[in-house]
Parts: sequence; C-alpha cells; structure tokens
Amino acid sequence: MFHIHCPYCGEHREEEEFHAKGQAHLQRPADPEACSDEEWGDYLFFRDNPRGIHHELWVHAVGCRKFFNITRNTVTYEILETYRIGEQPSFTAEYPDGRRPQDATREAQAPLKAGVHA
Amino acid sequence: MSDPVIANVRTFDTRTEAKIPVKSPLAYAYRRTGAPAPTGESRVVLRERPFLGHLVLRGGAIVLDEAVRAVLGVPLPGEPQGLTRDAAGERSIQWLSPDEWLLIVPGGEEAALENRLREALGDAHFAISNVSGGQTLVELEGESARELLMKSVVYDVHPSHFPVGKAVTTVFAKATVILRRPDEQCWELVVRRSFADYTYRWLLDAGEEFCLGVER
Amino acid sequence: MSQPHRLGQGGRIDRSCKLGFSFNGKRYQGHAGDTLASALLANGVDIVNRSFKYSRPRGVVAAGAEEPNALVQLGSIEAAQVPNVRATQQALFEGLEACSTNGWPNVQRDMMSLVGKLGGTFMPPGFYYKTFMAPASLWMTYEKIIRKGAGLGRSPMERDPDSYDHLHQHCDVLVVGAGPAGLAAALAAARSGVRVILCDEQEEMGGSLLDSHETLDGRPAGAWVAEALKVLGERDNVTLLPRTTANGYHDHHFVTLHERRTEHLGETAPRKGGWRQVRSRLHRVRAGRVILATGAHERPLVYANNDVPGNLVAGAVSTYIRRYGVVPGRKLVLSTSNDHAYRAALDWAESGREVVAIVDARAEPDGELVEQARAKGIRIITGSAVIEARGDARVSAARVARVDLEAFRVTGEMETLACDTIGSSGGYSPVIHLASHTGARPTWRDDLLGFVPGLVKGVSAAGGAMGTYPTGEVLEEGARAGHEAAAELGFPEGAVALPRVATRRDGAAMALYQVPHVKPTLRAPKQFVDLQNDVTAAAVELATREGFESIEHVKRYTAMGFGTDQGKLGNINGMAIAARCLGKSIPEVGTTVFRPNYTPVTFGAIVGRHCRELFEPERHTALHPWHVAHGAEFEDVGQWKRPWYFPQERRGDVGGERESMAEAVARECRAVREAVGILDASTLGKIDIQGPDAREFLGRVYTNKWAQLAPGRVRYGLMCKDDGMVFDDGTTSCLADNHFLMTTTTGGAAGVLEWLELWHQTEWPELQVTFTSVTDHWATMTVTGPEARRLLAEITDMDLDRDSFTFMDWREGVVAGVPARVFRISFTGELAYEINVQANYAMHVWEALFANGDRYGLTPYGTETMHVLRAEKGFIITGQETDGSVTPEDLGMQWCVGYDKPCSWIGKRALSRPDTKRPDRKQLVGLKPRDPKVVLEEGAQIVFDPNHSIPMPMAGHVTSSYYSPTLDSGFALAVVKGGQQKMGETVYLPMADGQVHEADIVSPIFVDPKGERQNV
Repeated sequence: MFHIHCPYCGEHREEEEFHAKGQAHLQRPADPEACSDEEWGDYLFFRDNPRGIHHELWVHAVGCRKFFNITRNTVTYEILETYRIGEQPSFTAEYPDGRRPQDATREAQAPLKAGVHA
Repeated sequence: MSDPVIANVRTFDTRTEAKIPVKSPLAYAYRRTGAPAPTGESRVVLRERPFLGHLVLRGGAIVLDEAVRAVLGVPLPGEPQGLTRDAAGERSIQWLSPDEWLLIVPGGEEAALENRLREALGDAHFAISNVSGGQTLVELEGESARELLMKSVVYDVHPSHFPVGKAVTTVFAKATVILRRPDEQCWELVVRRSFADYTYRWLLDAGEEFCLGVER
Repeated sequence: MSQPHRLGQGGRIDRSCKLGFSFNGKRYQGHAGDTLASALLANGVDIVNRSFKYSRPRGVVAAGAEEPNALVQLGSIEAAQVPNVRATQQALFEGLEACSTNGWPNVQRDMMSLVGKLGGTFMPPGFYYKTFMAPASLWMTYEKIIRKGAGLGRSPMERDPDSYDHLHQHCDVLVVGAGPAGLAAALAAARSGVRVILCDEQEEMGGSLLDSHETLDGRPAGAWVAEALKVLGERDNVTLLPRTTANGYHDHHFVTLHERRTEHLGETAPRKGGWRQVRSRLHRVRAGRVILATGAHERPLVYANNDVPGNLVAGAVSTYIRRYGVVPGRKLVLSTSNDHAYRAALDWAESGREVVAIVDARAEPDGELVEQARAKGIRIITGSAVIEARGDARVSAARVARVDLEAFRVTGEMETLACDTIGSSGGYSPVIHLASHTGARPTWRDDLLGFVPGLVKGVSAAGGAMGTYPTGEVLEEGARAGHEAAAELGFPEGAVALPRVATRRDGAAMALYQVPHVKPTLRAPKQFVDLQNDVTAAAVELATREGFESIEHVKRYTAMGFGTDQGKLGNINGMAIAARCLGKSIPEVGTTVFRPNYTPVTFGAIVGRHCRELFEPERHTALHPWHVAHGAEFEDVGQWKRPWYFPQERRGDVGGERESMAEAVARECRAVREAVGILDASTLGKIDIQGPDAREFLGRVYTNKWAQLAPGRVRYGLMCKDDGMVFDDGTTSCLADNHFLMTTTTGGAAGVLEWLELWHQTEWPELQVTFTSVTDHWATMTVTGPEARRLLAEITDMDLDRDSFTFMDWREGVVAGVPARVFRISFTGELAYEINVQANYAMHVWEALFANGDRYGLTPYGTETMHVLRAEKGFIITGQETDGSVTPEDLGMQWCVGYDKPCSWIGKRALSRPDTKRPDRKQLVGLKPRDPKVVLEEGAQIVFDPNHSIPMPMAGHVTSSYYSPTLDSGFALAVVKGGQQKMGETVYLPMADGQVHEADIVSPIFVDPKGERQNV
C-alpha cells in the first residue's frame, strides 16, 4: 500500500484513493495520420519496463480527480517525487539521485523531443 | 422551472414549490435497516440533513473568489481541503480540487444562487452543476464519532491532522464520501444518493459498540 | 485436578483464581494468567500434538510465537472452532476447550505413527512429490487420505457469531514490541509530542522484563515496566495495543496489526452493555517511522530425537518457571553454547528440582552465571553436548558426548544421563521477520552469531532485534531509536532518564547449530531442524547432495520454514547445516525471505466488516423501494441492484405461484411492443459537460460528428480507445451551445468520466470544458411502447405532438407537477420517452404514471426484457457485443463514424491499421437458429464446418441470445469471421453435450428494420 503525495491536494494520501494509469510522458503524436503504422503501433502498444526508476501516470480518483506523475523505483518501490502534468521529473535514469536545479531549468526549457516517446 | 438561457448554458431548476412528496436519500434505509433512537448511552448520534442545495462550481480560483464573495459574502477557500461557512453556518463552500468547489446552501436557494453567480461571472470560463438530488448530508456527533470514522475512512481524522475547517474526499469502507469538519462538535459526510443505503448500514453496524442513535 | 508441576509460589499468575479447561476431552485446572501451554505443562501433559509428516508425539517446546508444536484446535461448539492456535499464545479462560490439531484418531495412539516409524527410510524430502504424484490422476485420491492423516486444523462449518473490524490508524512513530527496547523507545518518542503507537503480542507488555530478576534503579524490573506503562497510558499522544501482533510490514511504512480483543475472555466475544464486543481487529497503520523492538528467538540445538516431549528451548524453561510458576519436569539436563541459557538451570535448581548437569560445548566457560552454577554445585560438563535424547512419549535420558565442532564429530567419552527434560540453547536469533517484509536483506554478524535486520529508510531496530542483549544497553538503544525517530520528524525534544541496570559479565558464546552424532547425519536418529514441518538435518543434507545449492531451493524442497511457522526456530539452524554441507559460510548461503504474516491472522480480522450485507456496496436508485415492494428479482450491474424482471402471480391464481423468468420476460416484452412498459434507467451514467470547447471535445472523444447538433437535439455516440476498439456508448444531448448532457452505460460511468478527464488534463488542457457527474441527481424513467405518448399526456401539459417533439429531441416541462427533462430516445425500437426528474421526486412521478397506467396496460420491465428488446433491434451493449477487440466497423456501425471530421479523433488512426482492415475480422451479425425452439448459449463457439477434425477452427461466438416473443423464436447476436459478407450462410455451434446447433447468418436487426415504430 503506497503512501502517495498528491501534488494538487498537497498532502500524502492512501493508495486506495488513486488509480495507476501506466507509463507517464506518453505523448500522442500531434498528427496521427502522418504516422506510419509502425510508429502508431509503437505509441499504442509499446511500454518501458525498467528495473529501477520509472515515471508513472496516476490519478487521484477518490480525491481531486487530477492526473499527475510519479517517479518510482520499481525495485524498492520508493516514490522519489510526484509532479504535475506538464512538469518534468528531477529523478531520472540518468540522474537517479535527483537532477541538479540548474540542469532541471535548462532541460525544462529545451524543446521537447519530437516523436512518440518525447 | 425553465429559466432563461444565460450565455450558452441551459440552467434548469429541478425543484418546485408545489406540494410534491419527496423522499430523502436515507428514507429507505431507515425503513429497511431501522433507526434506533438515541439514548443516554449513545456516544454517536447520526442525523440526516436532506434536501439542501448542492452546487458544484468549476473554474479558476481568482475569478470564482470574486463572484462568491460578491454573492455569498464568504471567500472561496483557496487552499486545498479548505471549508468555509457564512456567519450563520448555513451556507458553506468547500475546496474539491484546484478548479472545483462544492457549495451547500439551504434547500431552495440553489437555483437563484446559480443564476446570481452566473451573472456575476459573466463571460469567464466556469461551470456550475446542480447536484442537489444526488447527494445528502449526514452529521455525526458525539464522543465516539472520531473512532467510528477511523473504522470507516482511510483518511487520518486525528484533530491534529483534521482541524475544524477541513474537508476531504476519501474512501469510506468500499465507497467514497466527502468528509467535513465544520465545527468542534460535528462531522459531516456528503454521501452520494445511490450509496446512501450502504453507507448508513455500515455506520449502524460499525457504530453498534457506541450505541449509535439516529435522530429523525 | 492436581497440577504436579505447579510451584507453590512465584510467577505472574493468580493462584486464587482457578480456571477449568479441557484438552483432548480431559478436564484440567489452571490459573488466571496462564497460557494454555503453561497450564498443560503444570498438569503434566507431555504430548500436545502429533507431528505433521511423521506423526511423532510432540510436546511444548517454546513459550511464545515461535512455538512449532503446540498447535491446537479451539472451540466447544462448531461455530467457535479456531484452527492452528498456538497454545503458548492462548490465554487460559474458564471453560476453554481445545484439542490437538494433528493426530487421527488421537494423539496418544495415532494411525499415522506407522508411517512415521517407517518414515525414517521411506520419507525423504520430496517424498510426496516422488511417491504420490504418479500417476497424476490419482493424486486427488492420495491427497484426501494424506490430508486426513496430517491435517492442519479445520475451519468452522457454521456461521461465526462474532464481529470483527478494521481501524485505520495513523501515527508518527510505531513501536513494535513492548519489551525494554520498545518501552524506552516509546517513552522517548512520546516525550517529544509525536503520535506514538506501541503494540505487543503478549498478554502483558514488558517482554523480557516481565520475568527478569534484574533491578532497574534498584527496583524490580516489573515495577519499572508498570511505571513506564502508566506514564505512556496517561499521554494523549500514545496508543497502547497489548495482545496485538504486527504481522505484515507493507510499502511505505504501512503495517498491519492484529489485535485480539476478546480471545482471552472466552471462545466467543462477550457482550458489553447490550452490544457484542468486537472479537478481533485489524489495525491498518500508516506510520511516519517504525521502530522494531521485536526481540530475539532462542535457537534450539539440533541433536538426535530432539523432538521427543521434554525437549525445550532453555529460555522457555525459565519463562515457565518465572512467569507461570511451572517447572516443566523433574530432572533437567541443559545443553548450551552460551551463558544466558544457564538461567534455566539456576531457576530449575532454585525451584527445588534436580539439575542433572549443564553440558556446555565450550571448553572453558567463565561468565557470572557459570560461576553461580558452579557455586550451587551444579555439575558442568564442558567441551560436550547432548547428542541424542532417549525416550518415546517423554525424554528418559540424554546421551552426552565430547564433540569436536571443527571436525564435526564426536570424539568420545559417551555418558547417558537419566533425566526427563532437556533444555537446549544454540544462541539467539534477532526477530527480523518484519524488516524482511520490506524487502531489505539481513546481514550476518559473526560476533552475534545471527542475522541483524536490513533496514529501509524510516525503519530502525533496537534491543534483541538488533542483537543487543544486556538490558542496560537495550534500554539505551531503544531510547535512542525513539528519540531519533521523533527528531527526524522534526521533534527533537525528548531525552528520557533511563534507569541504572547492573551489567552482567557474560563469557563469549560459541557457534553451535547441529550437534554431531556418532553416526553420520543421514543414518543417525532424526535430528529436527523445523519441528512444525518435520524437516530434519538429514533432509537438508540430502537436498544439498541432490544439487539444491540455493537456500531458497533447499527451503522449497524440504519445506523448511514454510507455513505458519515461517522458520522462527529452525531457519538459522537449517542454513547453517546447508552451509556446512556445501562447504560455505552462513552469509554465503544467505537467508530465505520471510513473508507476511508473522503469525496467522484469522480471516475474520482480514475481512472486518466487509462481509455479508456489507461485502460490497449495493447502489440503489431512488425507485428501488418500489421495485422491492413489487416483487422484482434483481440483477447486479456493477455495484447497482437493477430490477431484472418483475414476476407476477400467474393469471387467475391469486396468492399462488409466481411466473417463471421466461414467462415474466415474455409478458413484459409483449407489453412494450403492444402497449406500454416502464424501465428504471436511473443507473445510466450522466455527465454534465460545459464550456465553449465542449462541442470540440465531444468531436474528439466520440467517433461521430457533433459540430451540427442543435440545442434541443440528442445524438447517439460511440467511444473508442486509441486502438480503435469500442469501449462505451450512449446518447449526448445538446442543452445549449456550450452545454451538453452525456449518458454512459451503467457500468461505464466512472470509467468514462475518468477517460474524459484523462484526455482533457493530459492532452488537451487548452480546451475550455468541464465534466461533472450528475448521475445521482437525476432519476430516469423510460416510458416506451405504442401507448407511451397517450400515457405521458395524462400527467403533463408538454407538447408531445410527433411533429413538434420529434424522435431524438429533448424538451423541458412539468411532469406530474415536477420539473422534468424528457428525451425522445429509444432503446427498444418503440416510441419512447425518457423522463428525468430530480431524484427526490422520482417516486412521486413514477407512482403518478402508474396511477394512470392501468388503462394503457402500463407494465414495469427489467433489464432482461430491455436486453431482449434491444437485441431484437440489433442495438449493441458494450461489454456484451464488444470485449475490447471490436471496432465500430466490426459492428457494422460505419454510419456512426465521422471519417471526414477535421480532427484525428480517438481511435481514428487505428482504424486504418492493416489488422483493423482485415476482411476476416469477427463482425457482428444476427443468428437465427434453424430450430426456433433453440435458444443458443451465450459464449457458444461458432464453426463453419462441424465435420472438421478436432481442433476445429473457431469462426466466432454468440454474444447475446434470447427467446423473442415477437418472433416466437430464439435469436442471437454473434461475431463471426467475415460475417458481414456471409449473410444467409449456415454456421454450426457444437455444444459440450454433443449436440450441434445450426443457425443462419442474418441481419442483426430482427424487428422493424426500417425503424418506423419508434416514430409513431
């Protein structure tokens, strides 16, 4: 049973109030019709399954009904951070101990990569 | 009944002043499960406050705050889990999410209130939905009310964590409720109509050891 | 009634309070404060059980949760039966009735003991797999006999009269265990003001201090415990939970505690003030920090016949003497490798009974306790160990020999000492179970000869649980843990003054697990490692010889540490033996993972109040009381109770039998097709959608077009996931340009709302639109049938004219005096009005319709009739015709797909994938059985060629099937490969009973294909 900090309610709540919605940061291609079948299939069906740091989409279903992201270690089940839709994680596979603030600022400002796994 | 179309939204007062028999959400539960009257032993008393006006307000906090102040004379609780009431304690407004609030007012006021808010809000992007028929308010009072809630909700109801003026949506047994603490004496549950029988039965069962009584 | 082993004084029992109880049908007496185990020992009951596999007689071995043998079945009546209760943890109460868990027909004379006698050679590990698994078909037969012989208690066959519940607890610091470490930790943490829960599994809090002879600040240890508990009890921020076991440590410091509230009072919960008390309670604790003060378990030594009744762990001997005033025998031999165990011999001697000898594996033991034993004139045999117990139903002697542990062999000087009790101690194992539940690996400490727990962030351990044993150090460590936990949470105050405790000088302990025997392990008499699961040293050795090198594999092959035991006494010994056999060290071999629960938790506590009427929420509509009063049979749809059909008394048979379901449904169907019926449709999900971009949003989430829908109009829509598969449908009405009311399926309501929010919040936050559930606000009544208009006109002034209130229109008006929205939509194919009123008025409006209904033949109908009627029209039900693999095109619903909409709506792109374009996809068709009396089975598989050899290629399956009173025939909807191109062809449905039904593929619209009836 996780204890999850809802970034909108501003406090920790019990897992029973949430639904897990799978991998986070999946961006729907801006122009689906322009995708090849393979690209579209990749968007629809292929997901990461990392050992270690993973970004997940959750929703505070019994609560504020807002979607948000969780960075979770799939080995220890530790939740390293939760953040709102549109924000970028500080803890990533490259920066498992949390990204330094100046990096976070720089990369947040950088344009998102194009493609289905932006 | 039919109100004029304001902007591009259709408002509709589902209430009538005609003498029509109404059934509260708990009416059937009283009959089916029974409603033991409170005794001197009762450490929890349950009371339904049916037929109130319930409005869900959606939109940006700043815009809504201005309109709510103007119309109701109370500020919009901007902080998460906030609950504020007017001086009489009859009208309350509660934070549900960053763009969603619940207004509860005496029954019959809701349609006029909605219209006044719509007028005050003008062209802003907002929404008001009347949900008065879909939920009811249940009050719990007494020295064991908190322990009864500990049996029922996953949320921490310790006074240090749940002070007066707080309100949360949370899991209640296998259903959900809005749980509110308007004052020191009393807890309020906002219960969806279709879950009212289940919620009531649960409270009676869990409240047995506190000699729960029902005030009608 | 005498208690031969009860001392005249001492212990924490109340000798003035006598309690009668029975065990295996015989009456005994004990005292208040006894456990069932201590009372049995006081009465000289040696055999308490038969062993699981070999059926050997077994006695009490330990005094707490680690007891492997004394598992009993409790209960004098059927409803109060409780299996697998540890007698060492069951408080005695007047009238307690218990019997042995194993032993058929009884523990003294056991059928299975024959197996046990033969078992030496016939039952190696893997015996059951190797012997009984072939042929596989006979395992079921073997199993019944083996289970009856072995047994593990039985569940009650009658309804449990007691109630159980859950309590959701939240605290800053949870302290598990109320011995010296736990008490000190709780005192320190509580002082800082944080919220503390202190739980302890025993009848009394205090742990080792309850029977310690030490003094704290010059006072008896027990007095300090009482004082500490008083201080804690008076604090508002502390919750004390005695008789409460922390059984499972889950993610993020979520710990489940099982509190036994009345099990010490009687076999069923007594009443209090007219209410039955809660028998046991599961505390679901979310803690900020957790301090494990769970102490240590003493390890017994592994020697030959160490399971004969009369073999106990040394510490248990002391506990029985000190806490319960019971000496569990007359002549003691103590076999040890450490100083602490000497207490058992000293206590034994003090009680006036004979200590035959202390056998110490160490060459030159020299601690304080050793000196005390010498001073009392107790014989100490050094460099030696008990290598074998003699005796059958009770120990009669101990074989003692000099041992060389380096070489793992007996070096001579055999001596046989007559005795009836052997106490043994191989050292202490910190109780690391809970820490292990978190996934943290324990670490072996050579200096402690034990594993200490691995600790994840937020958890600490203190005292015995960390391998710290001297009381003064334990108190300090506990206080430090409590202080630090509070400080980490931002509450640094809280230094506690700790009592002074004299430190005892102990000599170094020696590593000793399995004692060598004169014969090699595989040929020596059985040396038990895990008494509960009957695992021997030979079994572990054999497992390693057979190639099982991982300790996890050894565990599974031998069953060591399985089940309710969870390896409390035996695991370390087993690992040490495996290490010896494999020529590795213990840390190299590693430990197995302990799992929740630490001790068994009764199902009642797990279930709590979520049972019987409260098992699952029942959602009711505002009209539910009417349905109940009118005899409806109900169907569960999601959590809703919906009327399924309304059986009536058979015509002309008032007060007699009611209609069958088929009769009722046929009558209801006819009423709708010929007169007028009414359905409670309140359960449909309703979502209020507002905002300038509402229309745009609808266009993106529905497959069809919404741009042109005018206020006052209603449209049916299909929703797909982005893979192009249909997942919900319903109608949406345009209330005003920026305002829509969406309906969803009954079961899909919550999911659809979440789906809309998902897309709005994550993909299209720029769209100005909001979604609010109004499902419960409205009650919805569907009035449908050729007479619907005339009936409705009776109670409304609304203009119902067919040309002004047309099909797929909605209007506002007053119905029976109540403001209503009326929708002209039809799921039956007949003229229909869906009347929506605020739920509080629903009953009035419904009854007003019935008050006028007789002359039109108004008939209430349920979901079954609704299904028949809609299927006759070929209307799908998502989740029935669809299963997440069906596209709108598969359903033949291209008319509901906006291929040329400007946006790439959800699901569109997927419809052009090669797989969704395959011509042989399963497509929706109608099926007409050749034999009209046949109603095909839903789910039945369809084949094209019934003579094809098995396995036949499957061509599809039946999705809906009913009898139609209108057609006077069975009919079905089905999905068939390439079905839309196979109209008129015949398919076959081979059934399990050998019958093969024939059916023709037809259009899925069986009634009124032109759709004229809904427009009358």
